[in-house]
Amino acid sequence: MSEQQLFKVTIDNITVEVAPGTTVLEAARMIGGDVTPPAMCFYSKLKGSGGKCRTCLVEVSKGSEKDPRPMPKLMASCRTAVMDGMEVKNITSDRVKDARAGVVEFLLINHPLDCPICDQAGECHLQDLGYEHGKEGTRYEFNRRTFEKHDLGPYIQLHMTRCILCYRCVYVADQLTENRGHGILDRGDHAQIATYIEKALTSDFIGNVIDVCPVGALTDKTFRFKNRVWFTKPVDAHRDCDKCCGEVQLWMRGEEVLRVTARKDQWGEVKESSKGGTGWICNECRFEKKKTADWVVEGPSMVNRHSVISQGHYLGMQQPHETIAKVMGRAPRLLMDIHEVSEVNDPSVDLSAIEGPATGATFKKEKSKS
Amino acid sequence: MGRKLLLEKAHIEGIRGYDVYRREGGYRSVEKALKTMSPDAITEEVKKSGLRGRGGAGFPTGMKWSFLAKPEGIPRYLVVNADESEPGTFKDRYLMEFIPHLLIEGMIVSSFALGSRVSYIYIRGEYAWIVGILEQAIAEAKNNGWLGKNILGSGFDCEIYVQRGAGAYICGEETALLESLEGKRGNPRIKPPFPAVKGLWDCPTVVNNVETIAAVVPIINEGGDAYSKIGVGRSTGTKLISACGNINKPGVYEIDMTISVEEFIYSDEYCGGIARGKRLKACIPGGSSVPILPANLLLKTAKGETRYMNYESLSDGGFATGSMMGSGGFIVLDEDQCVVRHTYTLARFYRHESCGQCSPCREGTGWMEKILLNIEKGKGKMSDINLLWDIQRKIEGNTICPLGDAAAWPVAAAIRHFRDEFEWHVENPEECLRKNYGLANYARPIQPAPVGEGAGTA
Repeated sequence: MSEQQLFKVTIDNITVEVAPGTTVLEAARMIGGDVTPPAMCFYSKLKGSGGKCRTCLVEVSKGSEKDPRPMPKLMASCRTAVMDGMEVKNITSDRVKDARAGVVEFLLINHPLDCPICDQAGECHLQDLGYEHGKEGTRYEFNRRTFEKHDLGPYIQLHMTRCILCYRCVYVADQLTENRGHGILDRGDHAQIATYIEKALTSDFIGNVIDVCPVGALTDKTFRFKNRVWFTKPVDAHRDCDKCCGEVQLWMRGEEVLRVTARKDQWGEVKESSKGGTGWICNECRFEKKKTADWVVEGPSMVNRHSVISQGHYLGMQQPHETIAKVMGRAPRLLMDIHEVSEVNDPSVDLSAIEGPATGATFKKEKSKS
Repeated sequence: MGRKLLLEKAHIEGIRGYDVYRREGGYRSVEKALKTMSPDAITEEVKKSGLRGRGGAGFPTGMKWSFLAKPEGIPRYLVVNADESEPGTFKDRYLMEFIPHLLIEGMIVSSFALGSRVSYIYIRGEYAWIVGILEQAIAEAKNNGWLGKNILGSGFDCEIYVQRGAGAYICGEETALLESLEGKRGNPRIKPPFPAVKGLWDCPTVVNNVETIAAVVPIINEGGDAYSKIGVGRSTGTKLISACGNINKPGVYEIDMTISVEEFIYSDEYCGGIARGKRLKACIPGGSSVPILPANLLLKTAKGETRYMNYESLSDGGFATGSMMGSGGFIVLDEDQCVVRHTYTLARFYRHESCGQCSPCREGTGWMEKILLNIEKGKGKMSDINLLWDIQRKIEGNTICPLGDAAAWPVAAAIRHFRDEFEWHVENPEECLRKNYGLANYARPIQPAPVGEGAGTA
């Protein structure tokens, strides 16, 4: 592969060399950081996905070395293949920022914004997108579109009101299962994910629609309302499964396994399995193996310290390097240590390690011990 | 009177049947093409004719045909887009209903040129009765040896099938049409790849409008050069215009693109003037998607030149002071019509027809409709007008297919040219509720705003 001609592509003045056929978004992910456009519908593991949400729009200011004309329209970076010498503007382009702000606004006008009661909160891509690119207020003054909640079988609940119609779950059903039992009904802003007449989705791998859903539209009924994700502790675990790779992430509270998901990478996509292929997991692993004894625990998962999930348990946290002492010649005077006055904020208490929700008693007990 | 090429014989008794059509010189072009010309020569002839796609975008047909990929061993398809759903456009319906054999004849020649052994007509679901007319024409053509195996001993096989759509406007977009034809949900595909490379069942495909394919017949009969001499500049040949609205004689007219807009509206040969002696207020010259033009900019361009009924002249001045030829749906509004209500009607249409695939169009069209309904009912605010402008700006150009643009342009143009009428609606809510539009913009046409400034100081 090393002899293969690589294409040079410049994104926000950072040049990277990628293989032909790579999309602009994937090239930007190689660079990482702020240069990477957000993607709500694109999922690199699902063939044909992308191009729909329009949040990853970028400006192509130079088409290629051979044809340097800029592309007149903003392009969906997830579905635009790189050309040699292509120059792309993402956050350096005002047009892109303006269009992206518009898309975020469009995605949110009919979204219920019920994050406080939504199970996806804390790991929701739309939440992240809203924080990064959205505005604090809305200009939308009308009733939001609503739908009835639907049960898609015993394990999955569809909350269509939250859906942003990314089509990822449709691709999952197409590509991972033998028979797609759900799809898009109707058109336009009344389009919905549905099984036409309420039917259960029964395929062995259909549970993966929960992992790919960027919002809280498809949720795990075995986990619904049990806990907030940031109170649970993710650990990597595996078991021998004859249907899937059996490599999962357990979301634990104390000794209790609250939820099982596939392992995800930094873009929120299901990781490659160590046995090759994408690490999709089967329904049995996901929904039925809820005892610690079912699993071989490998250890805590790495969680990005910017993620809200890292709250409550500080494993792998890095203290920033303090330079104040060096500059001032003495340690800064501490005006007040919050832990001395706070009744609840005890750093020695790992919230994910206790049974049930934290109460005042939790902290008193811990304090008296110490 | 201009020359007619397509509708010249449309009114002969029995032209819908094969015998009369053949007696009147039908299928001559098939004989000429299959016996004396090579496929490349036909494409060359179409290129020379300067024929531009009649579906709306006006892309040169010969060029489109020459883009068709021709890999060995992979079938190629010709698909005729008869999903004519643009509000105000009904020219293809007329053509297919009155002279169906012209379309079949054009399809045989085009299929031969493109090497398509199986060609399809994708027809709008609402045109249910036309399916029967077309299928009868296909059967007659087949019985007389114009379709099937080894046509005229040339070794070329061709079959034509008619497929009915299910009544979605979006299926008139070529890639959505192909999806629908494949039996899937009619969502537009992301381009590239273009249909010329990967179209129907991933094979190279040409999608053309009914009128475009019908125009191939006179091009072959008379030669591309002769065809290109009709019309003016890059607007060659004749164009069917379906005129409707407040005019004395609505209907389908074939024009040769050299007449002025004024002549088209007021002459007795065409629309016959505004109905009931009213005055002209505004006009949408190319089907509901193109920008509306107020009377002062319709008859004369911003530079004061006469505006003609052709591609270049109608788009003179860009979207700031011009419009587009579009699909030829000529909608005329007289002084009593309310532009706000009219814009609301269009917004409602686009909201209903948006496929819901990409977010700006799915959410934006519904939002615009709700705001416009508020303004129309007298519940609007001044800030709503700027908001509308901002919404349409964020839809336009950011969607997969042109439906987003088509939904944004009418709103943009209405605000650009008739902002005072929107403001009147906000200021006079009671009058709006009584549907007493009173002040028509005609009386004091506002100066056209340059692009980008229509939103005022938003």
